[in-house]
Amino acid sequence: MASSTRSQALLLLVVLLPALVAAFSEDNPTDQRVLVLLEDLALKSSHSIFFKSLSSRGYELDFKLADDTKLALQRYGEYLYDALILFAPSVEGHLGGNLDVAAILDFVDSGHDLILAADTHTSDLIRDIATECGVDFDEDTEAVVIDHINFAIEGESDHSLIIGDKLVESDVILGKGGVKDPVLFRGIGHSVNPASDLVVTVLSASPSAFSAPPNAVLKSPPALTGTSISLVSLVQARNNARILVSGSLDLFSDKFFKSSVQKFGSSSRSGSGNEKLAVELSKWTFHERGHLKAVNVNHHKVGEKDEPSMYRITDNLEYSLEIYEWTGKAWKPYQADDVQVQFYMMSPYVLKTLDHNGKGLFYTSFQVPDVYGVFQFKVEYRRLGYTSLTLSKQIPVRPFRHNEYERFIKAAYPYYGGAFSMMTGFFIFGIVFLYHK
Amino acid sequence: MTAAEVASPSSGRGGAFASILSIGTLLLIGILAFSIRLFSVIKYESVIHEFDPYFNYRVTQYLSKAGIYEFWNWFDDRTWYPLGRVIGGTVYPGLTLTAGTMWWVANALNIPLSVETACVFTAPVFSAFAAWSTYALTKEVKGIGAGLTAAALIAMVPSYISRSVAGSYDNEGVAIFALVFTFYLYLKTLNTGSLFYATLNALAYFYMVCSWGGYTFIINLIPMHVLLCIVTGRYSSRLYIAYSPLVILGTLLAALVPVVGFNAVMTSEHFASFLVFVILQVVAIVYYTKRILTPKAFRVAVAVVLTVGTIVALTLIAVLIALVATSPTKGWSGRSLSLLDPTYASKYIPIIASVSEHQPPTWPSYFMDINILAFLVPAGVIACFLPLSDSSTFVVLYLVTAVYFSGVMVRLMLVFAPAACIMSGIALSEAFGTLTLSVKYQIELPDPPTGPVAPVDQTAAGATSETSASATAADLAKDKSVSEKGKETLRERPKRSRKKEKESAEKSVVKKAPKKKASKVLPFEASAVAIVLLLLLVSFYVIHCVWAAAEAYSAPSIVLTSHTADGMHVFDDFREAYAWLSHNTEENDKVASWWDYGYQTTAMANRTVIVDNNTWNNTHIATVGMAMSSPERQAWEIYQTLDVKYVFVIFGGLVGYPSDDINKFLWMVRIGGGVFPHIKEADYLRDGQYRIDAQATPTMLNSLMYKLSYYRFAEATMDGKGYDRVRRTEIGKKSFKLTHFEEVFTTHHWMVRIYKLKPPKNRFRGKNKRRTKPMITDRRNEDPPYLWLTTLYRSVEVKCYLAKVPFGDVDGRQLESFWRHKYRN
Repeated sequence: MASSTRSQALLLLVVLLPALVAAFSEDNPTDQRVLVLLEDLALKSSHSIFFKSLSSRGYELDFKLADDTKLALQRYGEYLYDALILFAPSVEGHLGGNLDVAAILDFVDSGHDLILAADTHTSDLIRDIATECGVDFDEDTEAVVIDHINFAIEGESDHSLIIGDKLVESDVILGKGGVKDPVLFRGIGHSVNPASDLVVTVLSASPSAFSAPPNAVLKSPPALTGTSISLVSLVQARNNARILVSGSLDLFSDKFFKSSVQKFGSSSRSGSGNEKLAVELSKWTFHERGHLKAVNVNHHKVGEKDEPSMYRITDNLEYSLEIYEWTGKAWKPYQADDVQVQFYMMSPYVLKTLDHNGKGLFYTSFQVPDVYGVFQFKVEYRRLGYTSLTLSKQIPVRPFRHNEYERFIKAAYPYYGGAFSMMTGFFIFGIVFLYHK
Repeated sequence: MTAAEVASPSSGRGGAFASILSIGTLLLIGILAFSIRLFSVIKYESVIHEFDPYFNYRVTQYLSKAGIYEFWNWFDDRTWYPLGRVIGGTVYPGLTLTAGTMWWVANALNIPLSVETACVFTAPVFSAFAAWSTYALTKEVKGIGAGLTAAALIAMVPSYISRSVAGSYDNEGVAIFALVFTFYLYLKTLNTGSLFYATLNALAYFYMVCSWGGYTFIINLIPMHVLLCIVTGRYSSRLYIAYSPLVILGTLLAALVPVVGFNAVMTSEHFASFLVFVILQVVAIVYYTKRILTPKAFRVAVAVVLTVGTIVALTLIAVLIALVATSPTKGWSGRSLSLLDPTYASKYIPIIASVSEHQPPTWPSYFMDINILAFLVPAGVIACFLPLSDSSTFVVLYLVTAVYFSGVMVRLMLVFAPAACIMSGIALSEAFGTLTLSVKYQIELPDPPTGPVAPVDQTAAGATSETSASATAADLAKDKSVSEKGKETLRERPKRSRKKEKESAEKSVVKKAPKKKASKVLPFEASAVAIVLLLLLVSFYVIHCVWAAAEAYSAPSIVLTSHTADGMHVFDDFREAYAWLSHNTEENDKVASWWDYGYQTTAMANRTVIVDNNTWNNTHIATVGMAMSSPERQAWEIYQTLDVKYVFVIFGGLVGYPSDDINKFLWMVRIGGGVFPHIKEADYLRDGQYRIDAQATPTMLNSLMYKLSYYRFAEATMDGKGYDRVRRTEIGKKSFKLTHFEEVFTTHHWMVRIYKLKPPKNRFRGKNKRRTKPMITDRRNEDPPYLWLTTLYRSVEVKCYLAKVPFGDVDGRQLESFWRHKYRN
């Protein structure tokens, strides 16, 4: 109750006073404090554009060396940061301050975000973190992604500076319009666990790419080839923590941001899409986009206001909820025609698509099935790039009470007649039998 | 006490003194019946016992809180999740309404009883009522003396005590009273021909229908008796009045009980009564027409009616058979079918066969439950034939059917007990009557009686002083007198059957008494010895009953005790676990366990359960059975679909509690396999043997039940070997980890182990192996002497955790003493 009134109040504020919304830090899913762990402080200047774009969007960046012994993610059980950028591909063993794989995974499992970049030489630590998130870097530690067709002519002769243009088609992840320009990539490839529905490959290699040590004579076919090589992937954990895994640290560098690209075999040059890609992905990862919340779940009988503790079979009910999307600054009504509600008891008895009024209110009405039991209103909304909404609300459905059945049934009139005629007949018979001589 | 008291009024006859004495005796019998059942309260505490009573208690609480209409319409969403259960329509409301009314009356009189107190003492109160109605019933058959004896016997018969000790708040507690009372009213109507009693009889039957599913016994036994009377030419208008209103009114009233409803006219259990009803009408018409027609006209009429009647009857029967044959169970419910065919349940319905009280009893259980009555019953049967009346045929029929049913299901021993008490009461009273009479006659007339009886009795009586032998001696003595009496009644019978006036059996006995005097007097010494032996026998019965009430049948089964050299140990693990659940889990969390513990979980922990002791949905139970017999991951998925958050198992291996879940596990496999064929019983057995040691099958060792029972068990046992004290063997798989469940609570004696389902993984792992594995230093492998100490440390740590003792820097000596203190035995 309390939380719903609070969110109602919040809703009022959202609707009436959009200017004030930025003040609501407790309900602001965008990260604030970001710890940036660098292998080498030189990275701070070589990747300055990326970091500058972050700090200009309001993030407090805390740069630390990855082997700084005073590193700590949490103090007194509270996390000091909302997100972590790990630009330290070759740190072995564990990070400074005894941060190991488990500590970083705990950080993620408690709902914090992570940007992870690998490079041509990537330590086991980074590989393990990635593996735990469902992203497997090529096990061959020497291997890099090589493409003898789609490479940038600026690169070295081993064709490891490749051009990626196979991007995921999603405005939520890549921003409006997507990334048009080719993306420069130099690093290692990875594969994603196909069983996982939490990983999305954003940038994959072209069909002619393969992952192998450069300048080596291959005795056997490489393990990763073609479009199954993922270059950049996104993971959204079940608790909606977001992880960006890139096989290339250079992808975020000023050099790649600024360089113009000429693809091998083509005569035209264009700017690289790296800056747009990196910035948009960081926006997504830090919850500036694609973050939904559902509030004010409400259901009641048609014609009533209050939520009942129990429905009766064949009742007509109305169900509604409000869904908002975070824009990075404010909650705005979410608009979609594919939100569905299930009336569920071991299997969905009713499945309805919700209507919406354009102001974030999704609603529908239906009749309770003629089955009693403990039902749930279930909304399971999973869309690419959006946080997954899973709501369930338990509500029992009871059968008719003893006095809710029809009192007289038309089909039974012959029986009523039979009963009453029998009674009168017996009465008359009794009188005749007793008093008639 | 009882035997002497009971015997005296039967010998004294007539007068106010006798009636006051018998009223006083009845009161004492009532007090005895009530107080012998209080051992459980005195030895343990005033709690509800076992499983079903907890449900009844919960329902009564709801009734007292919400009122009768809410109770009638109660849809319970906290059990059988997510199906729910319509309690109002599936429960026999008699017990609940009775206890609720008692509670309400007490409160209306400003006696502030709690609902629990009312529930705890319902069964003892009603056993006093049952004793009184047994008195009334037996009085209808054989007079006051037999009645008082039977009442005294039933007041303390162990079989009945086992179901009606204080706290055993179950349907049977009131149903036995209702059963006996209905029979009494039937006999009363039969003896008096009064329509008033017939109506009361229907009402008593209604109360019985409200109380217990065993009412079908009444509605089949009474028609059988009516049929017997008709066949043996004992039809009378009294019989008609006793039966016809009962069927019509009784069926109408039974149909009012929601749980019975249309079953009262639609199931095969009730067909016999309607068939006999029709036959009775035909017989009545035949007798009537015979009276008003001349013999010749009557013969013609019979011929016509017979030909037409057989054709109609045959077609009707054919239709009926066709109708019944369309239903797979032939219109019979599973429990009824397993009564008619004792092997039915074990063949087709594991869920019925799995309940121990549905198994056939063993011979010792007869001796345990009815003790000497088993020997007295045949004598009572013979006494019932001398003279044979309508009411004595009824009790004989009751006895015979009850013996059969008790042989099929141990639970129905309870129905047999009143019959045995009535018969034994009759036997004892007849024997005492004859013996005391001959003693008295000897004192009055010192002439020696006629010869041949004496030697038989003396040799028999002098042979041995053992109880069973003395019982046979008494029987022999009685057989003798009985055969003489038999001749007498044979002579008397034609006279009697000609008389049409209402004549109770009691009167006939009294009237015949003076006539008997001369013919059946036994020698003084023989009579005296026989009396002493009989008294001895009866006192053995009393001793046995008190012992059974105090030791065997008073344990509430939620609190266990064991006696060892250094005193009594109390195992209160069940309530500990339920209390933990109610304090540490969310209100709407679902808790899964085997169905035995469903009622207790809802009543004591107030948490939603998946299945409970009302086994109405076999598939749902089979689902839980399948989960328990599946490997961890599959089980987790099954439970996840049922929204289960906690799972608990009962484990007796540490303290040697034999009725734990591992011992019930094969039933889970069978019930699960009955619905889900991929669960095969053979996979859990090694060469047909059920075992949990190293020879056990991998399926068994990987099943969820095994894992939840034996998780961390080996560490907790003294030598780290994992010796299971119930199965008396070392367990097969000792160290394993749980991946989808985590242990959240284990009770003091490890009898209840509660696990929580881990939530779905936050992330999906990739396929690559983890390279930087933390080094596991297993000291046990490198340094064998260290094994003992680590095991010790771990066990003590566990024990400290359980005993809530801080485990800090315990040094070796402290450990040692702690260890010795904890495990002296």
